[in-house]
Amino acid sequence: MIPVIPKLPLAHGIDVALDWLTAHISFVTKAFSHFISILIDGLVHGLLWLPPWLLIAAVALLAWRAAGWRVALGSLLGLLLLWNLRLWPATVETFTLVLISTLIAVAIGLPLGILAALSTRASRVVMPVLDFMQTMPAFVYLIPAIPFFGLGAVSASVATVIFATPPTIRLTALGIRQVPKDLIEAADAFGSTRRQKLFKVQLPMAVPTLMAGVNQTIMLSLSMVVIAAMIGAGGLGGVVWRAIQRLEPGKGFEAGIAIVILAMILDRITQRIGRSPSAKTAK
Amino acid sequence: MQKIKVEHLTKVFGPHPEQALRLLDAGRDNAHIRKTGHAVGIADVSFDVGEGELLVIMGLSGSGKSTLLRCLNLLNVPSRGSIFVDGEDVTRYDRERLLDFRRRKISMVFQHFALFPHRSVADNAAYGLEVQDVAPDERRARAVEALELVGLKGWEDARPDQLSGGMQQRVGLARALAVKSDILLMDEAFSALDPLIRRDMQQELASLQRRMRKTIVFITHDLDEALQIGDRIVLMKDGRVVQIGTPEEILNRPADAYVERFVENVDMSRVLTARSVMGRAREVAHPQDGPRTVLRKMTEGSDTSMLVVERDHTLVGAVTLDALDAAVREGRQNIAGLILRDAPSLDPDTPLADIINLMAGWPYRLPVVDERRRLLGVVTRPRVINALAQSRTDAPAEPAERSANA
Repeated sequence: MIPVIPKLPLAHGIDVALDWLTAHISFVTKAFSHFISILIDGLVHGLLWLPPWLLIAAVALLAWRAAGWRVALGSLLGLLLLWNLRLWPATVETFTLVLISTLIAVAIGLPLGILAALSTRASRVVMPVLDFMQTMPAFVYLIPAIPFFGLGAVSASVATVIFATPPTIRLTALGIRQVPKDLIEAADAFGSTRRQKLFKVQLPMAVPTLMAGVNQTIMLSLSMVVIAAMIGAGGLGGVVWRAIQRLEPGKGFEAGIAIVILAMILDRITQRIGRSPSAKTAK
Repeated sequence: MQKIKVEHLTKVFGPHPEQALRLLDAGRDNAHIRKTGHAVGIADVSFDVGEGELLVIMGLSGSGKSTLLRCLNLLNVPSRGSIFVDGEDVTRYDRERLLDFRRRKISMVFQHFALFPHRSVADNAAYGLEVQDVAPDERRARAVEALELVGLKGWEDARPDQLSGGMQQRVGLARALAVKSDILLMDEAFSALDPLIRRDMQQELASLQRRMRKTIVFITHDLDEALQIGDRIVLMKDGRVVQIGTPEEILNRPADAYVERFVENVDMSRVLTARSVMGRAREVAHPQDGPRTVLRKMTEGSDTSMLVVERDHTLVGAVTLDALDAAVREGRQNIAGLILRDAPSLDPDTPLADIINLMAGWPYRLPVVDERRRLLGVVTRPRVINALAQSRTDAPAEPAERSANA
């Protein structure tokens, strides 16, 4: 007979660990949460204070400079549609959340990516963690985020950062590792220090790949921000979430289309930023 | 003056170099050591390089020549042995002094150029100065100067990918020259270029070298190239030195069967020069001579043309038999009006291959002149054929005369 092995108390263990962490470090995370929420609120209010047409014009101008007139025209029409659908405040909220999450993700991901590229040992630690972060269903992060950061936008952005940082780390590391060996040799042969080699050769040459990672991070942030509406993140995700609860497919699709439009604008603009002037950063 | 002295240099790659070194000391061969998971890059290599010398390290791929070159600036850290540069053992340098050594004393040109694609041509050339924290204005000026030296004036703001292969390697050369280091390491620097451009670059390197007298260590797998540019050649096989010597020594006295096989296939038409195949111009004409006089001189020499020189032996041109015949019939007083003044002439260093090309379009004898156009000798078809025929047999006839001013 097969002996019955008792179920391992994994869930219990995790709960105990999280309870302990909540009890002992939540005052730090709460303070952090407070700071971030002020930042988010400030940015949202600032952007909403501006007249929508001005912001739309600004985005269209940026798209034109970065990616040409087609993208500019698309952005203009798309954003005008969002305004018309009375989704402007929700769009701004979502955009802000994506922006803040992406900034944090890049701030964490870039140094980690560099570290993973330069040190094999660091890479051996970081890469499996990235696998874990990316394959764990995103909803799961929402549960512990609440005790640490409270309901609302901050928890949402923390979960978003966890979910969206891996591509930046991975592609930064990849970009640096892809720098041809003879260029590294050339940098060494002329007596570059490690810092000079990194900033004058490796990072500038990694920019296109690195920007592809940032682009992926933005896209993941956007998809996560919607899911995060379940813990009260608001924005376009909030509209979708309400539509689900009230069974209003029309409203759901309106908000869904708005998310698609926002995603396309962000994607096209950031993709081009990575490609065209990648070289000019010689310093 | 000795600039670089390499003593018993050994480099093994692998997880436990000490272990591989013990096997080497026990006299095991490379194949045996490879089975232990190690690779012998170079084994017990010693040679020296004089100040202002162009030393070629030559060998087939896998002979360890690149490994050796990379030891000289410590891109490869030797497993054993020493490298003295200006009397200091650079293998003992700490990180700080190594950086300084690489920045100021030694620079490198790469086979596949290794230019930074995100920088302009000028910024590439200035890279070595930039890591030394030279002020922007000065490094720009020095980069522009170096680019001018390699013939790339006006391309400062181009991107490397806008340039042809030959031009890209000029940028690579300018980058190495801009730091004004004494020593230049060139790793198969011309191998990636097509043959015509390669010849150009070899000649340019020679002319730069005449002016700058740098100490150059040049790697190649091409024996013709080695013979062409090297003051001395280090021949390598399986990580060991097989022979060190001047091109003539290597051609005339191959150290062993390996070198002999190597040398066998040398294209002698590249090694032999006008100087080594020319003969004395026994009979020459002067512009004041009458056509009959010249004709008489000619029958003695049995040729169809004659070279015309002034009294001080400055070359004027050539006259042909047909023209002289006609002049005799017309009763001309002298040959001044018959002289072909644009007849081709040769530099003593012109390789035989180029002479053969010239001869295809010029049926008469070719004069060899010095830089003041004074006649040194003549090259005739029989002499060229003779030289080539002799070089095909085992004892090379005259390559020993290959000038040492390369």
